[in-house]
This record gives sequence, structure tokens and C-alpha cells, in this order.
Amino acid sequence: MTSVERHPYDVVVIGAGGAGLRAVIEARQRGLSVAVVCKSLFGKAHTVMAEGGCAASMGNANSNDNWQVHFRDTMRGGKFLNNWRMAELHAREAPDRVWELETYGALFDRTADGRISQRNFGGHTYPRLAHVGDRTGLELIRTMQQKIVSLQQEDFKEHGDYEAKIKVFAECTITELIKDGDRIAGAFGYWRESGRFVLFETPAVVLATGGIGKSFKVTSNSWEYTGDGHALAMRAGASLINMEFVQFHPTGMVWPPSVKGILVTEGVRGDGGVLKNSEGKRFMFDYVPEVFKGQYAETEEEADRWYTDPDNNRRTPDLLPRDEVARAINAEVKAGRGSPHGGVFLDIASRMPAEEIKRRLPSMYHQFKELADVDITAEPMEVGPTCHYVMGGIEVDPDTAQSSVPGLFAAGECSGGMHGSNRLGGNSLSDLLVFGRRAGLGAASYVEGLADRPAVPESDVDSAAKAAVAPFDEPKDADASENPYTLHSDLQQSMNDLVGIIRKAEEIEQALAKLEEIKARVPNVTVEGHRQFNPGWHLALDLRNMLLVSECVAKAALRRTESRGGHTRDDHPQLDSLWRNRLLECRAEGEDAAVVAKEQIPMRQDLFELFEYSELAKYYSEDELAGHPGGEA
Amino acid sequence: MGYDAKFKVWRGDDEKGELRDFTVEVNEGEVVLDIIHRLQATQAPDLAVRWNCKAGKCGSCSAEINGKPRLLCMTRMSVFEEGETVTVTPLRAFPVIRDLVTDVSYNYEKAREIPSFTPHENLEPGEYRMQQVDVERSQEFRKCIECFLCQNTCHVVRDHEDNKKSFAGPRFLMRIAELEMHPLDVGERTDAAQDEHGLGYCNITKCCTEVCPEGIKITDNALIPMKERVADRKYDPLVWLGNKLFRR
Amino acid sequence: MTTGINAPTRARISARTLRTDRWWLPPLLTVLGLGTFVIYATFRAFMGDHYWVNDYHYLTPFYSPCLSDSCAPGSAHFGAWFGELPGWIPLGFVALPFLLGFRLTCYYYRKAYYRSVWQSPPACAVAEPHKSYSGETKLPLIVQNAHRYFFYAALVVSVINTYDAILAFHSPDGFGFGLGNIVLTGNVIMLWAYTLSCHSCRHIAGGRLKHFSKHPVRYWFWTKVSALNTRHMQLAWVTLGTLMLTDLYVWLVASGAISDLRFI
Repeated sequence: MTSVERHPYDVVVIGAGGAGLRAVIEARQRGLSVAVVCKSLFGKAHTVMAEGGCAASMGNANSNDNWQVHFRDTMRGGKFLNNWRMAELHAREAPDRVWELETYGALFDRTADGRISQRNFGGHTYPRLAHVGDRTGLELIRTMQQKIVSLQQEDFKEHGDYEAKIKVFAECTITELIKDGDRIAGAFGYWRESGRFVLFETPAVVLATGGIGKSFKVTSNSWEYTGDGHALAMRAGASLINMEFVQFHPTGMVWPPSVKGILVTEGVRGDGGVLKNSEGKRFMFDYVPEVFKGQYAETEEEADRWYTDPDNNRRTPDLLPRDEVARAINAEVKAGRGSPHGGVFLDIASRMPAEEIKRRLPSMYHQFKELADVDITAEPMEVGPTCHYVMGGIEVDPDTAQSSVPGLFAAGECSGGMHGSNRLGGNSLSDLLVFGRRAGLGAASYVEGLADRPAVPESDVDSAAKAAVAPFDEPKDADASENPYTLHSDLQQSMNDLVGIIRKAEEIEQALAKLEEIKARVPNVTVEGHRQFNPGWHLALDLRNMLLVSECVAKAALRRTESRGGHTRDDHPQLDSLWRNRLLECRAEGEDAAVVAKEQIPMRQDLFELFEYSELAKYYSEDELAGHPGGEA
Repeated sequence: MGYDAKFKVWRGDDEKGELRDFTVEVNEGEVVLDIIHRLQATQAPDLAVRWNCKAGKCGSCSAEINGKPRLLCMTRMSVFEEGETVTVTPLRAFPVIRDLVTDVSYNYEKAREIPSFTPHENLEPGEYRMQQVDVERSQEFRKCIECFLCQNTCHVVRDHEDNKKSFAGPRFLMRIAELEMHPLDVGERTDAAQDEHGLGYCNITKCCTEVCPEGIKITDNALIPMKERVADRKYDPLVWLGNKLFRR
Repeated sequence: MTTGINAPTRARISARTLRTDRWWLPPLLTVLGLGTFVIYATFRAFMGDHYWVNDYHYLTPFYSPCLSDSCAPGSAHFGAWFGELPGWIPLGFVALPFLLGFRLTCYYYRKAYYRSVWQSPPACAVAEPHKSYSGETKLPLIVQNAHRYFFYAALVVSVINTYDAILAFHSPDGFGFGLGNIVLTGNVIMLWAYTLSCHSCRHIAGGRLKHFSKHPVRYWFWTKVSALNTRHMQLAWVTLGTLMLTDLYVWLVASGAISDLRFI
């Protein structure tokens, strides 16, 4: 039998993005030993790609802001499908989490009186995003990385070993979670560098693996985003919710082809950039949906006044929630009013001086200059929708972040519920911090409360090892041998075309048939070479996760016969209040995914009453509204 | 539009290796990383390369292209002539693992040796007040994506393996400068910069600045100001005399 | 060699560099540029003649201040502090060592000669030929840390050069103005720009401060010096040129090879 190196830890955090690192910090501060396992080098996680900022109602830019306003914005953005308790915790705790980062050494941009500056973003009533130029995600991850280093330095002083309490297992992939009975007992994986197997013996696993974007062709996500956490949780018996809701960011680069999908921050619009079609028209004024009527400016003059006088004017519809803007762009392109390369124009050049653009949006300037040879201070950008974020994820308890499997926790993008059907920009970084910390706390409390440690069954280790090397086996029929790169690109193409931004029943059915076909080809995948840093092998193993998760997305998308947030059905274009309360839950049955509907717990009364009756009436059924005081009047 | 380009890609491990020839299709707007991916998908499925965001933000795909340290994802094919052979090798200052992947653990070890941010005591979360002009210098350094191209290019360690012990490298000397200029940091860092982290090895030949994909002025804004601060404390005869006389 | 890029753990690539551009050109040009100046300046410094145009009070910067009895009549406008000097001592011996020191320890020139003359490294990602390297950690190179004192001295010399340039607005009838004034004044302006753009100056002006916001005036100075500092390299070369040009002009006029173009 192949040798497996073993590492006992109190808590194992899978994923070293924002949520994972925040969980590590919390669990270590509770005195536990923590391993953090990541597929890339430490500090390279996808969080670095977050540009615009981190939403927290600190009220530095507008003192009218508070957690209730943030809560309302979040629920509205998610079209009231959000887990309201998560949205509440998030809105309440985000300011503390941001201030905490300053104590770790973060340097946000400042207001004139020396506090953290906050910027406007889509769907947020007030300027709310703490930011550092347009590289806020990098600041977050570096800050927490450096906090972990400082904790390791403390451990070095005390124990003479930097890694006494926290150890980073970089370039290490987890392929399977291992259980003892119904509880988590460990995690099995391999070192990417050497291909050697590694087993973590741990009672608690925090999943913080991010999203699933690599199942789509046009995406702002990196190769890591293969839905590993989603799939690991499913195979361990946990459920996913809301998988039909996939956010297409309205502004990704569209040209040149090799960079198609790379993100253009919403900060461009927050700072004054506007969307125009090929006729030069600011088309967003034509796309304000019924539910947001009256909340957005109706003329260009009012929209332009809003940047300097937000109290007496309504905001520009360029800053509608992302799902609305993405659909609007899609519609303009379909109507033949798109840009030469199939997007629309995003113009900031004509709206502010070149120096100002370079100061506020340095990485956007750099990105377009280097990759597309476009000078954004002189000409408009071409942008179009790109797969950006999955609202769905592992169903967790809001307060502890624990899934239905004891010992299995999840935070960040791979958890579900917080953002409902659509996430507001800036809410992901705050989500990472709030629920990363809660997952760390939840895991620590769980471990401290254990009467006995779970044991890892040897047979499970053997079968995990066997599954991991399967791609090296030649298929029985050598001619049927498949290339993992081809399968991956087939999968991406089908998901992009058939379960993309606009969906129809028959297309989703085609996608499901295609997924079945790809699934049948997976056992024939053959990998050349050996186990040492072999990207073909790595992709072959990730494919299995992508397929399982894609199936969840497609099946849930077929089931939900309405359009809401990040799920748009051409054949069911309306918001349906009967669907508002229904969540689609996805579980694994062998290698297949199965979807069932279930009801959400009604919102707590005090939170319910934070909303006007007239607004809720747009989303809720009459029965559900009976308890609202506004209805009786 | 498309054409076939000649590539030489280093393939090997820590024992042996060679530059291997490939002919591969190139399309409009592509970067070198696209070509490496095409090689993986069509000719060399086990070609090891490290990459992540493919947008110049994570600093994973550092390598050397035609001998120059660069990010694979930010080097456009259009900078080369169509007939030119493009040579891609791993970073040459770090131990190689396989193909284009090197062991960059030196950098993580050095990161751990730099004392962390030390705020004023009595400063509670939410009470931090800093002016924009005071944070801007450190913010420039925090743009660093840790691609380690500066560490790789710096001749102090690239050409002298034995200096790795005593030299933190430009990235981490810049980290010291960042904390030194942080408005609320109270740590005393200049002596250690010279005595423990090897600032004196730097001969300001500016290759770190030349290769930085973020355009950070490492030498002018971090290393030289640190050298001047060291001179304040260690090479100013008045200060030196004061220290001798009063044994401060 | 088994260290550096040929160390046993690194990728087995024997080439010293795989760069395909003309990386050797900048160091070569640097050597030629610096060499030209050194040869010219040495020759002129020891020449001991044709440095003063009495009619117009043109004094070459290489001989300023001229402080001995050996100085041509009228050129020692700060007085003769020293007696007759032997021929092997340059007449500008008071200022020259400081100016030499200022440029030798200058952060830009250090880069220039480390890269070109010492080949450490000759260009980025090109292996250097030296077996071991200790940088500026020990003698003699640790002396580079004294740059700021040469900067202070250079400030004084710049004031003297400015004074020289003002005195040069002279003709036998009183006030005068000729092409030589433009040359001398231009040189002085560039010398000031080079001196003030110095990295030590930037540090002293405000770079050493932790809180710019508490020192608005010094912050203002720092931003100005910083702006100049980004041109420090260009100024370093431009001033080598203007120094040689100014001296050559004075030489030619003083020796009678050409006559000064007079406007007044």
C-alpha cells in the first residue's frame, strides 16, 4: 500500500482565502492547533482578485448608515431569498471585523478626518465599502497572512517552533473527507509538488474553498475555483442550497479572447463610470425593474448630480444590483447595440481627468493597458457579463457555520444562504470576515466540547488513495482514452451556453444530458507522466468535483420556474412570490446529485418590521404578509 | 491572425533538465501563459507550471522569458517578432521542483523573520486615525503581489547562494520599510534592518525595481529611505558619539 | 562555479544569461561616459591654466573656489588662504574632493559603476563574475553611508558656484552679459537640480518623518524633492555634460581660441 503521511490537528481549514485565514486566526486564538491547506501558494487565493471593497456600515462617509440599512440592502439585493439570520449577523458584525483588520496592520484609504474611507457600490444605499484603491482583496489577504505570521512568531517565542500551532500546507489538495460514523474524522489529500498522500486526523474541518466558476467558460475565476468544498461536503453527506443562483458580473473584459472574463471592478461605476451602447446611449435608464422603480434616478442630469449630492438626488441606474445590470447588457448586445467585440462600452475617460482615473483605479488602468492595449483614460472599455460568484453553497447554521454533518463547517463563497439569489458587490469580503471568524469559533467550540476524538477508518484511507491514482490507469479500451483538458473544456462550453446567464428548460435538459455523457467519459481519462507536479492529473481529479456541482446547478435551475437574482429563465421571466420562500436543496446520491425543495424559516418579527409593507408586498405572498403591522392600516 | 511560434521551454527536475523545442499556435491578443496552457492541452499534458488568476494580481506565474524575470500572464506575445524563438525557463534563483515550478520557500521563511506590525498600546479597534498622506508611502509597498521576481533577480542571492542566510531580499526589506513608515507602528526596525536582515548587502543596482510587475519603486522609495534611516542611527557621528558617551 | 545560478539545487541551465536583448550596451555606455569625464576632468584639474577669463570674470567650476597665491589674478575672489602651491596640487583642491565624494557616494552613480565597472551585476538576470559578495556591509564600501555629509558639502559648493556665476555678469566697463553667462548660469541651475534631487536631501527634507500630516511645510518640500528625485539619473548625466561644456567654454575663451559672444 502507498505510504501516507499523517498530521493530527484540532482544526483543519481547507482554503487559504479570506474566510479560511480568518477562521485560522480565530481557532488559533482559542488555543487550538490549526492546519491550513491550500491548493496554491500561501497568499495567492482568489480573494486577491476582489477589487472594489468590503461593505461595512461604519457610517464614516455618511452618518445615516447603520446595520439595519445594510441588512435591508442585502435582503433587497438577494430578492428576499437570503437566510435572514446570516444577513443580520453579517450587517451587525461587519464594522467590527473591518476595524479589527486595522489592528492587524491593514491600511485602508482614509477620509479627511483620518477614518476609513467608504465608496459607493451597486445596491448599497450609502457609500459603504472600505477600500484600498481597487485592490482591496489583496489588502485583506495580505493583512490576514501577516496576522498569521505574527501569531506564528508568538508561538516561536513560546515553543521555539513557528509551526507549533499553525501550519500552512501550501500546494496541497484535499480529495476526500473522512468520517467516523456520522462525524468528521479527517481529510485526505495529496501534495501537488510530490504527489505524495497526506492524511489530516482532525475532528473539525472548515471548508473555505470558494466558488465553482471554472465550470463555466467565460469566468473571472481562477483554476482553483472547481467547487471542491461544495463537492467534498456533498460526498460527506451535507447539503447545498441555492445552487441555481450564479452571479454573472456585468463587467468582465471581452477582448482579447485570451483575457475574456477577467473582471472590471464595479468601482469603475461607483466612481463615476457609465455604461453606453454602440449608439452612445446610457441605456441603463431603460432597465430599472419594477421592484426598484422610484429608487433610482430617471434622468442623466439627476444621476450626475447624485455623485456630489447624494442626499437630494437618486443614484444612477448604472449601480443597480449586478444581476439587473448583467441582464441589461445581455439584452443590449442581443438587440444589436453592442460593441465590436460583443460587449457594451464602459466609459470613465470622458467623466474624469486622466490623473484622477489613474489614482483611483490603478489596477484597472494597468490591466487594460497591459492586456488589451486600451488606455482607459482616453477611450471607453468594452465589457460584458462574466461568471463571477455562486450564491449557492453548503447549508450551514448561521451562528456556528456548522453544516448538517457534525464537525464540518463552511464559510465564504462555498457556504450558501447569506446572499439569497444575488450578492451585492462588497458583501463578499465582509462575508468572509464575519463568517470566517464564526466558523473558526464554531469549530473551536465543537472541538472543545468533544467527549472523545473520532478515529479515521483505515479502509476509507485506502479507498481514497485508490481513487486518487485512478486517472493513471489505462482504460480497458485504449482507444477510448480521454484527455482531461478536452473534457474540462466540453464541460465549460455546455455550462456556459446552456446554463448560463439566460436559461430555458430545454437547454438545461440538454446540459444535463451532456453532463451525463461527460460523466460517462471520466473513467476513461488517462494521465501521462508521474505524480510529481502533474497538472493533467490535478485537473482529472478536480473534474469529478466540477461535474457533481454543475449537476446541482443545472438540476436546481431546471426546477426553479421563475426568474430571480442570479437565475433568469427565459421561459419563466417573472418573479414568483410563491417561489420566494422555497429553497432547493442538493445532495449527493453516489456520483449523482438530487434536488429537493424545502421551506425557509420565516424572518424574525423585528427584522420583518424593518421593511415597509409596500416594499415587502412586491416580494411576499399575501399570507406571509399577514403579520406585518403595515398591512393592517 | 494566428501563426506558429517557436518555443524553447525548460523541462526537467532537480537532477537534470534541458530546453526543449516546441512549435505552437499563437492567436491575436494572447499572452505567454496562454501558449504554455496550449502546450499542456495539446503536446505536454504534464508540463508543470504555477499560475492562478491570469490577470497579474496573484503573482503565481513568475518565470523567465528570454532570460528576463516576468509574469507569464502579463507578457503579451505581440512583444515578440513572429520568427523569434521564445525561451521560457523557471526562476533561476530558487531550487527547481519540476519544469517551470520552483521552490520559493526561502521567501516564506524570510517573511517570518520580519517582526510584525506593532501598534500603539491603548489603541482600540475603531480608534485608528490616520491621514491619507501618511498611509500612502506604505500603501505603495502593500501593492506587492509577492510574485518574488525581485527576490529572484536580486544578484545578492541569485549569484551567491550563501547570502540567502543573511539577506532578506528586496521584498522583505520593503516590508520593513512599510512598517517603519506605518503611521501607527511603534516598532524599532532600523538597526535590525541593517544587522539582521542584510540591508547593507543591497548595492542599489535597481534590478528589483526594474522587474516589479506592479511598478513599485522598491529602490527609491523603500530601500534607499531605509539606508538613510540606518545612516541616521548608525553612521551619524553625532548620534554615535552620543551613544558612546551616554550609553543609550 | 557551483554557487549562484549554478548551485546544485537550481535548474540546470549553463548559460550565464538567456537574455536576447543587448543587455551589455547600457554598462558599456556608462563606462564610456564616466571614462570620458574622468579623463577630461583629471587633465583639466591638473592643467593649471586657462581657467579664468579676467575680462568677464568667468571661472570654471573645476577651479572654484580658488584659494591660493597660485591663482590667476582676480580669480581668488574669496581671498588667498594658502600660499604658492606645488604644480601637482590642483588649484581647486579644496572643493574637488567633496564633489568627487558626493558623486562617488551618490545612489545613482553607485548603481552606474557597480553595474558597469564592477559588473555586480552587469545587467538584471545576468550573472556577475565575482565569487563572493558582501555589498556595502563592510569597509571600504560601508563608507557609502556617509553620502549625506558630502551632500552638505555639495550644497556649500553650489552656493559658491552660484556666486561665481553672478560675479561673471561683468565686463571691463562694469555689468556685462555674454554667451558665457548663459553657459555658467545654465550649469549652476543644473547643479542645483542635481544636488537637491539627491536621495539624502529627500530624506532630510521630510522623508525621515513618520507623519507628514504634522509637518505640512516639510511635506511640501519632500514632494518637490521627490519630483526632482525621479530625474536624479538624468540630472547626474546632464551635469557631467554641463560641467565639461562649461569648463571647455572657459578654456577656449581663456586661451583665446575663441572669443566670447557678447550681448552687452
